[in-house]
Amino acid sequence: MKFVLRGREPRWVAPTAVLVAVAVTVALTALPIRLAGANPVAAFERYLLTPLSSVNGLHEVLLTATPLMFTGIAVAIAFRAGYWNIGAEGQFLLGAVGTTWVGTTWADLPAPVALPLGFVAGAVGGAVWALAPAWLKRRAGIDEVVTTLLLNPVALLVVQGLLNGPWRNSATGFTDSDRLGSGFDLPPLIPDSRVHWGFAVALAVILVAGVVLTRTATGVRVRAAGQAPQAAAFSGIDVDRVQFRAALVSGGVAGLGGASTVMGVQHQLTSGISNSYGYTGVIVATLGGLGAIGVLLVSLLLGDISVGAQNVSLVLQVPTQLGAIFSALLMLAVLSAMSWRRYRVQWRRPRPATTPEPAQETG
Amino acid sequence: MTPQRAGADADPARGRALLELAGVTKRFGDLVANDDVSLSVGAGEVVAMLGENGAGKSTLMKIAYGLVRPDAGELRVDGRPVQLGSPRDAMRAGIGMVTQEFSLVETMTVSENVALSAVGLGRVDAAANRRRVMAAMERLGVQIEPERLVATLSIGERQRVEIVKALFHDCRVLILDEPTAVLTPQDVRSLFETIARLRTDGLGVLFVSHKLREVAEISDRVVVLRRGRMVGDRPTASVDEAELAALMMGGAASAAAAPAGPSQSRAGAVADPVGGAVGLGVETRPTAGPAEARPEPVLRLTDLGVSTGRRALLSGISLTVGAGEIVGIAGISGNGQTELVDVLAGVRPASSGTVHVAGRDLTRADVATRLAAGLGRLTEDRRGSLVPQMSVEHNLVLEDLPRFTSRGLLDRGAVRRHAEQLIERFDIRARPGDPVATLSGGNMQKVLLARSLVREPRVLVVAQPTRGLDVGSYAYVHEQLAALRDRGAGVLVVSEDLDELRGLCDRVAVLFRGRIVGELPIAEASSERLGLMMTGVEVAT
Ligand SMILES: Nc1ncnc2c1ncn2[C@@H]1O[C@H](COP(=O)(O)OP(=O)(O)OP(=O)(O)O)[C@@H](O)[C@H]1O
Ligand SMILES: [Mg+2]
Repeated sequence: MKFVLRGREPRWVAPTAVLVAVAVTVALTALPIRLAGANPVAAFERYLLTPLSSVNGLHEVLLTATPLMFTGIAVAIAFRAGYWNIGAEGQFLLGAVGTTWVGTTWADLPAPVALPLGFVAGAVGGAVWALAPAWLKRRAGIDEVVTTLLLNPVALLVVQGLLNGPWRNSATGFTDSDRLGSGFDLPPLIPDSRVHWGFAVALAVILVAGVVLTRTATGVRVRAAGQAPQAAAFSGIDVDRVQFRAALVSGGVAGLGGASTVMGVQHQLTSGISNSYGYTGVIVATLGGLGAIGVLLVSLLLGDISVGAQNVSLVLQVPTQLGAIFSALLMLAVLSAMSWRRYRVQWRRPRPATTPEPAQETG
Repeated sequence: MTPQRAGADADPARGRALLELAGVTKRFGDLVANDDVSLSVGAGEVVAMLGENGAGKSTLMKIAYGLVRPDAGELRVDGRPVQLGSPRDAMRAGIGMVTQEFSLVETMTVSENVALSAVGLGRVDAAANRRRVMAAMERLGVQIEPERLVATLSIGERQRVEIVKALFHDCRVLILDEPTAVLTPQDVRSLFETIARLRTDGLGVLFVSHKLREVAEISDRVVVLRRGRMVGDRPTASVDEAELAALMMGGAASAAAAPAGPSQSRAGAVADPVGGAVGLGVETRPTAGPAEARPEPVLRLTDLGVSTGRRALLSGISLTVGAGEIVGIAGISGNGQTELVDVLAGVRPASSGTVHVAGRDLTRADVATRLAAGLGRLTEDRRGSLVPQMSVEHNLVLEDLPRFTSRGLLDRGAVRRHAEQLIERFDIRARPGDPVATLSGGNMQKVLLARSLVREPRVLVVAQPTRGLDVGSYAYVHEQLAALRDRGAGVLVVSEDLDELRGLCDRVAVLFRGRIVGELPIAEASSERLGLMMTGVEVAT
């Protein structure tokens, strides 16, 4: 048996690689679950299946997936253009700040005005936070991985500063902001559930991003700039500009995630509002193969796992962190699978050289 | 080894077989790149391999060098079966290779690059190494400063370094994949002398070329690959050019040798199967000759210069190309050709002077503006002009995206039809959805040519337009360039191939050390005269 580089990749390869990776991850996490004193089979059933087996659980999965959909597609957009935006975390936070600002400043606005305004403010907040690294990269060629990453803790400090200072809750004195005006409350998307319209907005954003990336001239330019900047420039594509714009759009989309979480879930700014959604977005984008459908599926999967993880820890008394271990291992497994998928297994002496050949096709 | 179809038993007289491939098959998905191919190279034997673009030549060579694993078949060195898992194994077995695409480290010097190939990197004695490199270069008649960075070398110079590198360790079989594609006639001469010397030393040489003359001159035996199958294996002395061309393209002559496969209907459908294509340089010049009254220039270069730091790479270039005119730039590579084309292409800024296309000043224009002004470009750097992971169809429309957009969306049907048309027209062996990275060298070149020609440029600047093209495509591309000229465009052709320039151009200018040393109407541009000018001798015009 040996491994041979594939020429053309058949369609079934990528999905199969992901399934294999999931299986490997399940096998690997069985050990720590065992060590935590629980039955791995029961645990996996609860991680993966229990959330999906009740209407309520399904709602929770959609709710949990929503911010990941925003940050995941945000990162995917930037990565596609070859701009390594690791700053979705900070952009998400600044989006939340923008929305909170309009929501507390103009608290009396009616919903039809308030909701769009809230989203716009979130997008602007995220884009503004993405602006400095993008500008530095374009003007001075400063590596965006470092700048976007370093701005994440800065964004958290900004939020904490606001909450400890000017935005401290005027009623309770806690370090949470005031509640946003009720016009800013995103209505439930599904009646009697916590799933709010932010999920629909996230779906729409993913859909638009998917169409733009795969069906438009802009998408071709973005991919060319990301995969072969030199060749793209040769063909008249302004790579710097494409990346700059992708960076801002990426920041804006991450900011929409902040807006959605503020208006749909928290209704106020808290310092824990992001819950690492921005960092998880990098995982989502990478596992999703930087594509729209991939991002959607991975967001839902991670949503499923994290809802399941709460359930597991409640019922089986294992630490919630096992959910995080699971997604981290999944990331490693999928990334390995993605590089292995370029090979195929060849069993010894596959066919004698005299076998009649299938029709050769070059056209 | 079982003799296949056309007598593979060609010449048992010549020494023992050094390298043998037996029944080698290689598939890429449903494409059979090598189909049960058997081949041997004996000691003191030079074997030439011919075949159309995409016939599977490079794939076979890579298998022999451990770069590609075959699906079936066996490799033998000195009669013993070997498993080549990597080039390192191949080197140990005494096989050296110069690949079609370069594998030099740009940020290292020439001698460091050559030393890299030596098996077992331990202590590096820089001085001794330098001496050995110098000696190796001398043996090959190559003159390049060993301390120069590879990044500063032209494509032609890099190729020479590759050859030095392959010969640096003790190899007994040397594989050369299109070694002459970028060499000047003089360099081809000295390469052939080297090959002749290696043959006397008992080395086996296996090389790919599309130039039938070279094959006839240097090889003892010629093998022909067509669509992955070995369709001919003859002593060179016993075949003529027309027969070889027919074998390659599947004409009547090969009908008996090649079992008919289902895919053969396409052969020759587009590539011009005329015998005339075999002789290099189809006559494409207008019979009227260059007009006395120079046509109004569509491309005007005035006092153009390029320099890095204090070094002038190009200076005082003044040149015009008229509408309906093909002007050639001759010169040994490394004399400013790359810089000239890069400046015109818009990938490198000019330090002085101006560039006008159809009266418009494009000196500082960006690429998009140049494209819009009707300037078409083809540079030496294939890799830098294509997006490897992207499909053929998207690469083909990369410079024309707005034209294929309707109501905001890319018109996928139109993109596909456009690609299919060009694939048909230029006989590109690929499907529209294939990533460009999987194409053979010649087919990549065709994608670039198709992309720039189909835009109907007013001025087309091309460097080595037929590099790596098979005989049929060579003729076809020349026809297309001539047709473009006849439709009133101006064409600037940079080439080291004097036959090509003489067959194509109305006028030739010669570059030497970054300057134009002279300009001749084609009628006066004899090989001797051009050759003299290429070494810097000014010729009064
Ligand atoms: N890694 C790959 N994946 C898929 N197809 C490939 C790959 N490498 C080569 N091919 C296909 O195999 C065929 C043979 O390619 P190869 O490079 O051997 O041609 P060639 O004879 O060297 O042509 P040229 O004269 O243009 O260099 C081509 O159709 C090419 O598209
Ligand atoms: Mg090749």
